[in-house]
Amino acid sequence: MSFTFRHLLGTEALSRGEIAFLLDQSRAFQGIQKQPLKKLATLRGKSAVLAFFETSTRTRISFATAAARLGADTMNLQAESSSTQKGESLVDTVRTLEAMKPDVIVIRHAASGAPHFVAERLGIPVINAGDGLHEHPTQGLLDALTISDRLGLLDALNVTIVGDIRHSRVARSNIHILSKFGCRITLCGPAMWLPPEMASMAPSIRIEPRLEEALRGANVVMVLRVQTERLREPALPADEYIRLYQMTPARLALAQPDAVLMHPGPMIRGLEIDPAVADSPQSSVLEQVTNGVAVRMALLYLLTGGAPSGAVPQAG
Amino acid sequence: MLLIHNGRVVDPSRSFDGLANVLIEGESIARVGPKLDASGAERFDASGLVVAPGFIDLHCHLREPGNEPAETIETGTRAAARGGFTAVCCMPNTQPVNDNASVTRFILDRAAATAIVRVWPIGAASHGSLGEGLAEFAAMKDAGIVAVTDDGKPIANAKLLRHVMEYARSLDLPVIEHSEDASLFAGGVMREGPTSVRLGLRGIPAVAESICVARDVQVCTLTGARLHIAHMSARESLDLVREAKRRGLPVTCEVTPHHFTLTDEDVVYDSRYKMNPPLASRDDRDALLAGLADGSVDAIATDHAPHTQASKEVEFDRAPFGVTGFETALSLALEALVHSGRAPLSRLVELFTAGPARVLGKKRVIAPGEPADLTLFSTEHRWTFRASESSSKSRNTPFDGRSFHGAPMATIVAGRVAWRREN
Repeated sequence: MSFTFRHLLGTEALSRGEIAFLLDQSRAFQGIQKQPLKKLATLRGKSAVLAFFETSTRTRISFATAAARLGADTMNLQAESSSTQKGESLVDTVRTLEAMKPDVIVIRHAASGAPHFVAERLGIPVINAGDGLHEHPTQGLLDALTISDRLGLLDALNVTIVGDIRHSRVARSNIHILSKFGCRITLCGPAMWLPPEMASMAPSIRIEPRLEEALRGANVVMVLRVQTERLREPALPADEYIRLYQMTPARLALAQPDAVLMHPGPMIRGLEIDPAVADSPQSSVLEQVTNGVAVRMALLYLLTGGAPSGAVPQAG
Repeated sequence: MLLIHNGRVVDPSRSFDGLANVLIEGESIARVGPKLDASGAERFDASGLVVAPGFIDLHCHLREPGNEPAETIETGTRAAARGGFTAVCCMPNTQPVNDNASVTRFILDRAAATAIVRVWPIGAASHGSLGEGLAEFAAMKDAGIVAVTDDGKPIANAKLLRHVMEYARSLDLPVIEHSEDASLFAGGVMREGPTSVRLGLRGIPAVAESICVARDVQVCTLTGARLHIAHMSARESLDLVREAKRRGLPVTCEVTPHHFTLTDEDVVYDSRYKMNPPLASRDDRDALLAGLADGSVDAIATDHAPHTQASKEVEFDRAPFGVTGFETALSLALEALVHSGRAPLSRLVELFTAGPARVLGKKRVIAPGEPADLTLFSTEHRWTFRASESSSKSRNTPFDGRSFHGAPMATIVAGRVAWRREN
């Protein structure tokens, strides 16, 4: 199996084999991160534009780190400083960036489908670093890598995702990836954040508004961030959310004893997650961050012309 | 004198469907019959073509005054003629808004100077379409409007709607409602459903429309005004209109070609699929097709909504709503209604002629003394629509490159051939 896509716009269109291939490639880069000297020269002379039209810290730094470790240069565009504030259209902005001859563009945008729109109009590879409410494919891949590290496999797991499912691109990418490995996915959250149509996104999706029921037998528990602006639209008191959906040690105990506890960050302790859970041995939050760099290294490597193969160049 | 000969005349108002010749003298129809003495008349061979009363489009945006880069009365009416339309009703959401007689007169003056089909302006219901005070209905009516509406800016306040309908009734003007509840609409960009959830695009539930249709029918009950529901997209809305008609209320409705041919499942991240109301579910689409066939729907209207390339070529969320529609309307209707076997040809013709005329309190019939407005079309002609060849200034259509079976062939307005297909 190999990866033949020119872009990474989402995970919905990826086959199980392609996902497995991307995870394999990422594993090779995991090893490099454990070495004292982490920098490769593989992509020396290549450059990546990190076009973040929506503010982000962790994803942007993760991509920048991944590029640096491969020896590629990065150019940053951030919403605050961008020409979009001056009324320039997205298409003009990205064509300008392309004219500087980068080898890949990584795009984060508040509008769903913006990376697709850009990919149709540019001649260089596009990586979706999160688009609106649609997908966050590298997050989905790093989550899959983390699960498979922890549990040794991805197949046929019980995965429970808790929180604001409706507005979560992380949930969508995870659903597309994990359902292809036969995982049974349970979605749990307040009803207004859990549209019944989510059940049609993939086979074996269950909607369960009661958290205790949703957690029983789970191998993976994924807690989503509660965006405080969503609490105001329409008003759901934070205390109500905490009462029904906060991940506490007692609730996590309903899942399998070795269940992996995940959070895409940034995490608000005391809102969606009890600090004792966030810091528990079951929590894989920091491994997710580390794996994010490996996954993004693999993608930058593959999409900018690195030969897809089992043999990843060694550090040195 | 112009003789349209050997055509199949389909005139639903007279329940006539047969071969006949139509003789035009000046701007009017002189005679209709199998054999007409027309020596000296110019002849138009309509062999193999349908000769219908002139098509009326109840709903379009010509963008003049104010947004001439997107469309003008001249380019819009050229596109309308290519679609077989002999009269188009232009919505008042221009800049400035058509809420007073001077704007109405400006539109009609521009039409007299540049239009190649009839332009029937629709006036705003509220001042500036801001939903507060009433617009100048009587002055606009004297200037030439045929209805009032706040299309594009739904009337949120039921008391205002009541006053609009009471006043419109006293002036015998129909009220056209863009039925939409703003709070449920809530910044959505496509119909809420499995596709919106999958694409992560904010959804607009079907009830955002039907809840407002229900209110509008209630206010119609209260006021007795003629109520016309614009671009109806949901099954529930159609059910409410059916029930209102059954009760004898003066309620009518229109459906656009894009709503009876496409569904939300067709939506991709391409703003040519973004319009309001948004493309609905397959179940809604099927309900609309049934309503078109069984007479519950009164008219096919295009909601031709041109936008410049620059304004449409943006992120889906940021793009304005609207698609162009004049040139593809008839072909889409032939495909969806006639070739599919859902409805006879006479029903299709009614939806473009007598149906919309009735909404406006007019008639559309091929008879001596009537205005010589005729639409000639082929049910068989095969062609491919190319947006780049459109007469409209804008290209925002989801039907670019689509091949069709059946086409408008000539448009005759006031006895003159306004447009005739070249190939």
